[in-house]
Amino acid sequence: MNDFFTVSIIIATLASGIRLAVPFLLAALGEAVGQRAGVLNLGVEGVMLIGAFSAYYAALETGSAAFGLLMGLASGVAMGLVYALITVVMHAEQGISGIGIYLFGLGFTDLLFQKQVGTPKPISGLQAKPFDWLAEDTGRAGELLFSHTVLTYVAFLLVPVVYWLITRTTFGLNVRAVGENPQAADTLGVSVNGIRTAAIVIGNTMAGLAGAALALEIGIFQQNLTAGRGFIAIALVYFGAWRPVGVMAGSLLFGIVSSTVLQLQVQDVISGSVSSIANMAPAVLTVIVLVVVSRRIGQPAALTRPFTRDS
Amino acid sequence: MLKMTDNQQRFSAGLDIGRLLRPFAGLVVPAAAVIAALAVGAILLGVFGANPLTGYRALLSGAFGGPDELAATALKSIPLMLVGVGICIAFRTGVINIGGEGQIIMGAIVATLVALALPDVPRPILVPLVMIAGGVGGGIWGAIPGALKAYSGVNEILSTIMMNIIAGFFMSFLLEDWLIEPGAIRIQQTKRLSQNADLPILPGGTRLHLGIVVALIVAILGYLLLFRSSLGMRLRAVGHNPHASRAAGMKVEMSITQALAFSGACAGIAGAVLVFGSESHRLIGEGGPLAFTQSAGFNGIVTALFGGLHPLFTVLSSYLFGGMLAGGISLQRVVQVPQALVIALNGVVVVFVVGSLKLRARVQRWAEGDIQMEDRA
Repeated sequence: MNDFFTVSIIIATLASGIRLAVPFLLAALGEAVGQRAGVLNLGVEGVMLIGAFSAYYAALETGSAAFGLLMGLASGVAMGLVYALITVVMHAEQGISGIGIYLFGLGFTDLLFQKQVGTPKPISGLQAKPFDWLAEDTGRAGELLFSHTVLTYVAFLLVPVVYWLITRTTFGLNVRAVGENPQAADTLGVSVNGIRTAAIVIGNTMAGLAGAALALEIGIFQQNLTAGRGFIAIALVYFGAWRPVGVMAGSLLFGIVSSTVLQLQVQDVISGSVSSIANMAPAVLTVIVLVVVSRRIGQPAALTRPFTRDS
Repeated sequence: MLKMTDNQQRFSAGLDIGRLLRPFAGLVVPAAAVIAALAVGAILLGVFGANPLTGYRALLSGAFGGPDELAATALKSIPLMLVGVGICIAFRTGVINIGGEGQIIMGAIVATLVALALPDVPRPILVPLVMIAGGVGGGIWGAIPGALKAYSGVNEILSTIMMNIIAGFFMSFLLEDWLIEPGAIRIQQTKRLSQNADLPILPGGTRLHLGIVVALIVAILGYLLLFRSSLGMRLRAVGHNPHASRAAGMKVEMSITQALAFSGACAGIAGAVLVFGSESHRLIGEGGPLAFTQSAGFNGIVTALFGGLHPLFTVLSSYLFGGMLAGGISLQRVVQVPQALVIALNGVVVVFVVGSLKLRARVQRWAEGDIQMEDRA
């Protein structure tokens, strides 16, 4: 029992929580960009699965995790263009077409996996830890901060990048404009559909990256690998009130709760069934936060509303 | 977007041919969407080196090739029908219910608890009782996000997704602990539930059980509720224009909560059917929530949309999609392409159907214009 409360285990748990937060963070940051532009993408889970399979398969065939990562990104871009076609050009209802994307990703990756790979074969994931040399000299705090792979640093670096992109650039201003009042943005000469397409592609690319990060972290692919993480990422956008820092806080919460539950189970502090109850906690908390957030801050005014000039 | 032609329907009385045909006008575009999706499937089959014609023939004969196949299709379609009817109710009220998965699970859990608590109740009472229990479980699980949306403004898409996650973990908790089969270690399942709760097999020599009757009854009730009751009229009015409905004195909050409660109840009954109509007659959580629900919570959205959000047409479309699921097995056997293809194609169908809704609305307006001319004549 008391084993859990040693400093080294707590540090290890927090470090693994940070690692588990990465797929949530990448996917949710991307979704936040899309939603700020007024586009809800419920298909994140499907895009993550496609990104995960692309990365896994490319890494399996070439032996290069970096190439796998690239393929994960590329599949995200492709899915972004498809989703832009569906929602921006065809004006499809965003919530439901996202479910279509999810089902497609779920079935398609399972299909490809069974057909092309068959039995699960492990790949060597991204091993490079750029700051590992620092971890040895800086003790436990160093282990917490410097023991991660490149992707973890990229994911957390993207938090200020996305913040800067949304709040400090012309593109970000346009994103917010088309998300709040597309008609007004249009009269000012902003290409609503162009900005939304760009935001969707950014969002889906990050979802693809999130899937790739997951597959390369675990080193394996299987049916429904993401197991609901994409859906949680969408909720985290609301949880974080559309702000990158809030999204990061939510991702860390989910990551650290998962790693803590896992650690408690490994240490035999709690049984498997109790861990199921504990795993509910972030979802319950999210619902509670949604109640609070929905009263405090409104969502982007034009979220889920397709843009037409004559409406 | 998802609101369809029914605004005029309640004002027209009596039967005429045009009115009977009108829903079919709305089916032209989705039919084209499904053909387009099948074309995508044919390309995928070709890419995997299978003859698309052989593949689709195998799929068709596996789905509709004989009494056993027709029965297997019907069995696959039951959860789709039930969830789909629920989706019709929610979507017509303007509420997006993504929580079918969780509602199925909670329905299954409550129904299982009732069967465990009352194993000796005679079958004619226990079977309806566990179905109702399923409805109550799913209904409560739907009413929670409904009330949160109505009274606190919580986005129902997100809350229903969270309710799915909570229900999934709750099921694994119960099946790892309180409800686990005595003696069974590590397999997430209950003991075999009371035989009195088994859904009786229908006569005819197939495996088809009473669940199909339950689904048809729920579909008819759903139709009566939506289109033949004042409650349903209020629901659809709220779906059509919540502000006008409020101005007209309707309790919009209550309608939204009711809609998600009804929607969840339908899915919950599907959960009960999945337990008591299964061959093992127990609640099994092994393989995760998706393995138990067979993704019906999501696929039911597909069939409801495909059925034009009309409960009776949803029965038809669910049967067709049930055929795709049942036929997927023989597709896999004959051309060695995994049946996961069918799930992928379902996704493509959704995208095509919702992508073509604008076109469909135009076709339906055209059909309604047609009827007005007939009325004048």
